[in-house]
Amino acid sequence: MNKPIRVLALASLVLFALLLLNVNYVQVFRAGDLNDDNGNRRARDADCSRERGPILVDGDTVARSIPSDDDLEFQRTYSQPKLYASVTGYFSCVYGTTAVENSQNSVLSGSDSRLFVDRFLDLMGNDQPKGGSVLLTIDSAAQQAAADGLDALPGDTKGAVVALDPDTGAILAMVSSPTYDPNDLASHDFSAARDSYEQLLNGPEDKLTNRATQQVYPPGSTFKLVVAAAALSNGYAPTSIVKGGTSLDLPQTSHDLTNENGSDCGGKEITLTQALVVSCNVAFGDLGLKLGADTLRQQAEEFGFGDDVLDELPAAASVFPSDLDTPQTALSAIGQFDVAASPLQMAMVAAGIANGGAVMRPYVVQEVRSPGLDVLDKAQPEVLHQAISGSVADDLTQMMVDVVESGTGTPAQIEGVSVAGKTGTANSSATRSPYAWMVAFAPADDPQVAVAVLIEQTGVDRADITGGGLAGPIAADVMQAVIQR
Amino acid sequence: MSSAVGADRRISDFVPRKRRGAELFLLVLALLVGVSAYALVGLGRDGEIPADIITYGGTLVALAAVSHLAVRFLAPYADPVILPAIIALNGIGLAMIRRIDLASNTGYAGQQLVWAGLSVACFVGILVVLRDHRRLQGLTYTMGFAGVVLLLLPLLPGLGANINGARIWIHFAGFSFQPGEIAKLCLAIFFAGYLVLKRDALALAGRRFGGVDLPRGRDLGPILAMWLVSLAVLVFQRDLGSSLLFFGLFVVMLYVATERASWLVVGGLLFAAGAYLSYLAFGHVQTRVDGWLHPFDDPLRFGQIIQGQYSLAWGGILGRGWGEGSPYLTPYGWSDFIGTSLGEELGLTGLMAVIVIYGLIVERGFRIALVCRDPFGKLLSVGLAVTMALQVFVVLGGVTRLIPLTGLTTPFLSYGGSSLLANWMIAALLLRISHLARQPPPDLTPPSPDDETQVVRMR
Repeated sequence: MNKPIRVLALASLVLFALLLLNVNYVQVFRAGDLNDDNGNRRARDADCSRERGPILVDGDTVARSIPSDDDLEFQRTYSQPKLYASVTGYFSCVYGTTAVENSQNSVLSGSDSRLFVDRFLDLMGNDQPKGGSVLLTIDSAAQQAAADGLDALPGDTKGAVVALDPDTGAILAMVSSPTYDPNDLASHDFSAARDSYEQLLNGPEDKLTNRATQQVYPPGSTFKLVVAAAALSNGYAPTSIVKGGTSLDLPQTSHDLTNENGSDCGGKEITLTQALVVSCNVAFGDLGLKLGADTLRQQAEEFGFGDDVLDELPAAASVFPSDLDTPQTALSAIGQFDVAASPLQMAMVAAGIANGGAVMRPYVVQEVRSPGLDVLDKAQPEVLHQAISGSVADDLTQMMVDVVESGTGTPAQIEGVSVAGKTGTANSSATRSPYAWMVAFAPADDPQVAVAVLIEQTGVDRADITGGGLAGPIAADVMQAVIQR
Repeated sequence: MSSAVGADRRISDFVPRKRRGAELFLLVLALLVGVSAYALVGLGRDGEIPADIITYGGTLVALAAVSHLAVRFLAPYADPVILPAIIALNGIGLAMIRRIDLASNTGYAGQQLVWAGLSVACFVGILVVLRDHRRLQGLTYTMGFAGVVLLLLPLLPGLGANINGARIWIHFAGFSFQPGEIAKLCLAIFFAGYLVLKRDALALAGRRFGGVDLPRGRDLGPILAMWLVSLAVLVFQRDLGSSLLFFGLFVVMLYVATERASWLVVGGLLFAAGAYLSYLAFGHVQTRVDGWLHPFDDPLRFGQIIQGQYSLAWGGILGRGWGEGSPYLTPYGWSDFIGTSLGEELGLTGLMAVIVIYGLIVERGFRIALVCRDPFGKLLSVGLAVTMALQVFVVLGGVTRLIPLTGLTTPFLSYGGSSLLANWMIAALLLRISHLARQPPPDLTPPSPDDETQVVRMR
């Protein structure tokens, strides 16, 4: 009977080998995915009990973990919750993480591979692994100015402000209004946290959405900057003569394109500069038809349309539609029809023009440090596209200075500083008030900041809503805050 | 095989040694593992060694001492590896059960320790009462009958209880017991005895069918009957694992007894057919297969297996450390899923070590079967070794998602008195067979002519 016994022994060996292989598979290959799984309470409890790294703005801590008395040893606290909520996001033991808390989670929770040495030393000394710190690019004065500006508007205001450094693409301010208090979601009182979360999620005001990056709106006349850039790059000059007048006949339709308030833009033939200064729909609609949808789309894409270029926060790509027929092209050229841009995108347009035509990749994390304050990584500014040439940028800048000095953008003026900008009042529907936009940068000769302000809704009469009037002063305040540093 | 009387001593160049010293050494190592595991649980959880380590450690040492002394005096030539291995597993199991007790305020470790004491008493009892395993051959049919009765006991109303969908428990005098565990042992003895009697008929009488020797129809009777019995267990008791074990055991012992691989073929086909039919017919089988293939699709239904996966992943390669993981999050992490709990706190390395210890026990079982000189002993020991191998494979495979989950227990580790008792009894039997297999051949030299009886030589 020995032969069968030996055969069975071999078979048992195979069975045990299978067991060993499978255990290796689960605990080595699948371990990473299983630990990252949303439903994994072990990972979540461990994160909650760990000293999470701080998030800093201008040297001040805006998010930190403080020791707590209960089972979960550390409590995540936000010092100026509503001011920085759109950027930091929240860290909740139950609902996970968003925004910077999410994208920089591996550093903040201490599990990043760059923190390996620190973790190893912690392991040896039996300390809890600590998280590294994240320094943001935000300028606190600009952020405060933006928040104050939106708060000062009457009624239930919904809007967003984004400010960029044109040289590097660093995000100097990002505010979305109305917003929420992340402390509510980080609370260890889980039933209270659940109530807050349900309210935020199902509430009518959409406080959890970052309107600066995650929402796209019709840019209206601010899109004329893109069209002007395309025109200047295709043979036009600031003094070129373009079509003016009260209306433009839209081929293939019975409608005509008219100007705001029925004006005539100053004559049947005006300069390109004049068209931008008064924001002439007729001129730009005609330009759009002459340049063609493909040229407009290409110029828009050079400025960043169609791409989600922000790694560190969830963002929506802005849209310039494909397959446009003639009347749709004309409407698109004035930033209506289905053209949609996020405030971040329009800020990138302004920043690109300010930076001699080079559009930089936006980023919000300046530096990442180990718990011992060693610098692990620094942001490296990166050019996304050269959207327009340096000379076109100079010409367009001068035109935008004229808009602020004598055109629709006068509310954005700053004393003693030359400001370049463009207003926009985008129609949405018959029942809705228009969207009020302002994009600007300053100082025009040596730009330090580019800003985009969007007012989605506010308690002002429909007839009184203009981009310049509502958004202009906020843009000025934000730029002034940066310049005065 | 003894050498011829007084002839050259080739075969008996092999010197049988008692190896009890080696066993003692291994036992010390095993006790170190078991007691330090308990200490580490306290250190990991509370930062200090638990106060009851003296009593606990003392009890474990006492159990090891008693069993070692029993083997030393009652079965001195037995295999030296088996006892230390099971003491180590027992110790690790107790430590993990205690660890989860501390987290969920239960008292399973104490109960397990009591059952361990009872099991060691039984172990010693078997070694005392059973001096020669061949005496069990005379009890073949008694054992068969006992096995069937024990299997059917939970089906009796009033005595049996339906727990977690399976009717395999009985309650009496405040205790709950799984008679199926002892039934396993009884049936193994029955099969061994029966096959020793019938193996010639089963092996030699047959027909050639498609190049394979197939047994006669009338000889297929027993295996078909066994197949039906295990299916019945599956249907009425909803115990997937046990039905697999019984059927597998019988087929394997048939194969060993007859040396005909065709029994494996027939058995394999019957198993496949049975598995497929049961999948089609029974909801609880389908549930188990779903849980194996797509557990993450339904976290409410398959919470246990999902937690088991998270538990293993959380352990990673080196494990979280005794007391520093969260095995209490896995349902039944102290019994059915003790494998994943160990994987979480001891890591991949620790779990592989545990699997290898089981492998060692199985290997020693096979070795005993090879060395044993009588067919009954060979069959019985190979049956017990295969039972252990199959059971470990099915349980650990089920909790780690290699195969669908069943209700079998993890021998020696899992909380459960009946399982612990049955497995210690298996160990006692193996050691008894091993002793008889390895003991030196009886001294057959004739009495010297100078002794009392004198032959008067007449010239």
